[in-house]
Amino acid sequence: MPQPIKSVNDFVVKFANVNGSGSASANALFAKSVLRMGIPASSRNIFPSNIQGLPTWFEVRINDHDHLGRRGGVDMMVAMNPQTWEQDIAEIEPGGYLLYDATKPMPASRFRDDINVIGAPLTEICNRTYSDPRQRQLFKNIIYLGVLSALLDMDVPAIETLIGEQFRGKDSLIKPNLHALQLGRDWAIQALDCPLGLRLEPRDKVGDRIFVSGNDAAALGAVYGGATVCAWYPITPSSSLAEAFQAHCQRMRREPDSKKRRYAIIQAEDELASIGMVIGAAWNGARAFTATSGPGISLMQEFIGLAYFAEIPAVIFDIQRGSPSTGMPTRTQQADIISAAYASHGDTKHVLLFPQDPNESFTFAADALDLADRLQTPVFVMMDLDIGMNDWLVPPLKWDPARQYDRGKIMNFEDLDSGKEFGRYLDVDGDGIPYRTLPGTHPTRGAYFTRGTTKDRYARYTEEGPAYVDNMQRLLEKFETAKRIVPRPIRRDAIEQTRYGAIYFGSTAPAMEEALDLLEARGIHLDTLRVRAFPFHDDILDFITSHERIFLVEQNRDGQMRTLVTTELEVDPARLVPILHYDGTPITARFIVKAIADMLAVVTLAPLRKALP
Amino acid sequence: MTYIVKPRLHHPKLPTNALGYTHRDYEGSVSTLCAGCGHDSISAAIIQACFELSLPPHRIAKLSGIGCSSKTPTYFLGQSHGFNSVHGRMPSVLTGANLANRDLIYLGVSGDGDSASIGLGQFAHCIRRGVDMVYIVENNGVYGLTKGQFSATADKGSSAKRGAVNSDSPIDLVAMALQLGASYVARSFSGDKAQLVPLIKAAIQHKGAAFIDVVSPCVAFNNHPGSTKSFDYVRDHNEAVNQLDYMVERDAIVADYAPGTVETVMQHDGSMLRLRKLALDYDPHERISALTYLQQRQAAGEVVTGLLFVEADHGDMHGYLDTVDSPLNTLGEAELCPGPDLLERYNAAHR
Ligand SMILES: Cc1ncc(C[n+]2csc(CCOP(=O)(O)OP(=O)(O)O)c2C)c(N)n1
Ligand code: SF4
Ligand SMILES: [Mg+2]
Repeated sequence: MPQPIKSVNDFVVKFANVNGSGSASANALFAKSVLRMGIPASSRNIFPSNIQGLPTWFEVRINDHDHLGRRGGVDMMVAMNPQTWEQDIAEIEPGGYLLYDATKPMPASRFRDDINVIGAPLTEICNRTYSDPRQRQLFKNIIYLGVLSALLDMDVPAIETLIGEQFRGKDSLIKPNLHALQLGRDWAIQALDCPLGLRLEPRDKVGDRIFVSGNDAAALGAVYGGATVCAWYPITPSSSLAEAFQAHCQRMRREPDSKKRRYAIIQAEDELASIGMVIGAAWNGARAFTATSGPGISLMQEFIGLAYFAEIPAVIFDIQRGSPSTGMPTRTQQADIISAAYASHGDTKHVLLFPQDPNESFTFAADALDLADRLQTPVFVMMDLDIGMNDWLVPPLKWDPARQYDRGKIMNFEDLDSGKEFGRYLDVDGDGIPYRTLPGTHPTRGAYFTRGTTKDRYARYTEEGPAYVDNMQRLLEKFETAKRIVPRPIRRDAIEQTRYGAIYFGSTAPAMEEALDLLEARGIHLDTLRVRAFPFHDDILDFITSHERIFLVEQNRDGQMRTLVTTELEVDPARLVPILHYDGTPITARFIVKAIADMLAVVTLAPLRKALP
Repeated sequence: MTYIVKPRLHHPKLPTNALGYTHRDYEGSVSTLCAGCGHDSISAAIIQACFELSLPPHRIAKLSGIGCSSKTPTYFLGQSHGFNSVHGRMPSVLTGANLANRDLIYLGVSGDGDSASIGLGQFAHCIRRGVDMVYIVENNGVYGLTKGQFSATADKGSSAKRGAVNSDSPIDLVAMALQLGASYVARSFSGDKAQLVPLIKAAIQHKGAAFIDVVSPCVAFNNHPGSTKSFDYVRDHNEAVNQLDYMVERDAIVADYAPGTVETVMQHDGSMLRLRKLALDYDPHERISALTYLQQRQAAGEVVTGLLFVEADHGDMHGYLDTVDSPLNTLGEAELCPGPDLLERYNAAHR
């Protein structure tokens, strides 16, 4: 039997439950209680595409040093689902802990002898206390929370306060929940030597940070950024973004007196219609967006091309998942990079933003609305299930009260009336971005006909080759302008000079940051660059050319970002070593460390061995 | 092929409307459709209707899908913004445009392929949403632009120019529009300007989803004897239920119609529709009987034309959504951005 794991404020607790058993709120309560103790934590739902009955997991990462990505491995497993017992037991680290419902005796063969087994008679306690089967089920979850509170030495008043907040308005539920919590605690204190090797000690490390999901934050960013039209079609994991927009608008976007809505939300008949409505609204001068996932992006292709060629702003949130509909709809991936970057027919390419967490999702949502208006083109906010649907601990959201919306180049009545020349596709300022007019502006000036590419600079119909080429060249010019105004990549240099670099983006960020510390402890130093947008800023090419080898870390099978980087920057693919994680679960720090260390061992055998401890 | 611009010289004696505009101010560039194409007659009717209503052209937005029919917005209302979108998807673009600015007049122009084949879904959903618009289908029973394949309104048993025989049942968009809740439903014929112009005028004044199916023969691919979308067939089998006289309230003159044959309908904006009844048993306020009548006449081989259904106070999408009175595209930071205080409250609630 290995030593039981001992750790204060640095471990992983995983809950294995049955979907629909009411465990979600108890598990969330656990994560929030840790935060209320001032200890940084993050949580991840791993759930099936189903409403009731299938396995679901909730993983909580607790870490004093703010390593809040997935680490890999589990120190404490709360195994409440007999269906997944084997796999749950197997995931526990040697010396780790298993908490299970010991009401029914289990043969010794079903356990491991290198873990610490805690059998709590949860069902028995429930049956003794409650007669209603629904209550027995629900309170079992709170009882195991009570057991954990004793085992991990949690701050009980913090949990009690949270229970009070959760049931505010349904006050009659507070007392029974507190009672259930106490039942679990009492049993643990009586039966075991609490606390265990894993312990929580209050800290003051959470600060003013907030615990939110990316979808909620992005929806709020759309509200702050001035979106008035949202058209969408339900698809996991993006639906909660549109639903959150609805909820935020209901509270924040009513005309004070009349209570009428300063927004319009349409649940469209499909994704073709959603993007069509967004394009129609944006053509007519409203800020509009849609939220979807990979299959929706596939359906939107034709319209995205039209918006690109006709130069119409559109904001598309792509909450990426393990694609097709019968793929892994409830699992995470970064696998729409290519299909978004080059969405549609003909020569098209699009602006993509890659937020790293819910905080950046908020900022980028508002930025995307500005960029789409400025560039008159579709802008994708490339999130994923991990960012979108999980609560992350992030800095509070900030809004500069002096911020003005950038509505881009729109000629108004005065411009037109004063006789300023208007040609819808004229490059007046040399940045590739033309001026547009909105329908209804002026009785005799500024009207034009919107269509794809059969047009000249004055939007007159023509199928002439030179006019087509002229327009396509200007679109490239515009893409160059985009490069200068999209969020720049962020570089972080290693403490020591190194020949190696790593590029990553999106939800990989926290796991990557932890991996860098772990690698550094092993004497492996990497400069890093976090890509935040496409088209690629020149910094990215500089970063690649100034390192001998670059590890490109991403969450898909085909190295899609690597393909995009090689194609667009015309770099030798051999310089970019793919580090790929794509099983549908969020990437872990341990995975990155192992993959990079293994690769380095292969590519630079001799010198590296010396470097390793 | 290059855009043909019409000379903008006005004859000093051209008649003007209440806004001082002449008929020419409502025209577009010269049509490039086949000579004799029914679609051109519809464009002419749209021009006439807008002129007679004295609409400021720039307050109209014209949107279309793809097809010969969908090209026509270039040939009328040159002072209006237009949008040639993608095949079958005009309804969603129009819906979005309408969401952004409820103050403009939206004219959706489509074909039978555009609306009944590839775009049937969007057609249905924008009607059931009650988008305030005039939705015109220029119905020739074929795909004109791609040279004569069947559309979903083609007659069962009809044969295409290249010999294929259509074995599928036709879709009647009028029946669908009735069923889907359109609050103004009409059918007409491109060759019957006297009937078509008042129908378009009334549809424009109508608040809500107004649908007009206009049978519009394709001289290149579908004007042979036996086609229910040919000139001859419609002339011979036209069963007009009523004839519409449309008048704006300010010049409502009491016309001297024989009692019992004229029916006046007050539109949302106070303007009047006068229906001269041809079929005495026809009541345009009954959705269900409209459907029945339509199908009875169809079974008898007749094409029912006229105003089939109207419900003046049906309301529209903005009403259902309860959006503010000012167009959403006119709202700025002051109305849209909740500001730092609310954000701080949001932060606090997530700690
Ligand atoms: C996605 C897509 N598929 C096919 C086409 C080719 N296409 C262009 S017009 C058309 C049919 C148009 O028929 P209809 O709407 O009846 O218009 P008409 O030309 O008869 O007026 C087709 C199939 C297209 N433009 N887009
Ligand atoms: S092909 Fe038919 S529909 Fe097209 S322009 Fe010619 S006549 Fe009109
Ligand atoms: Mg047709």
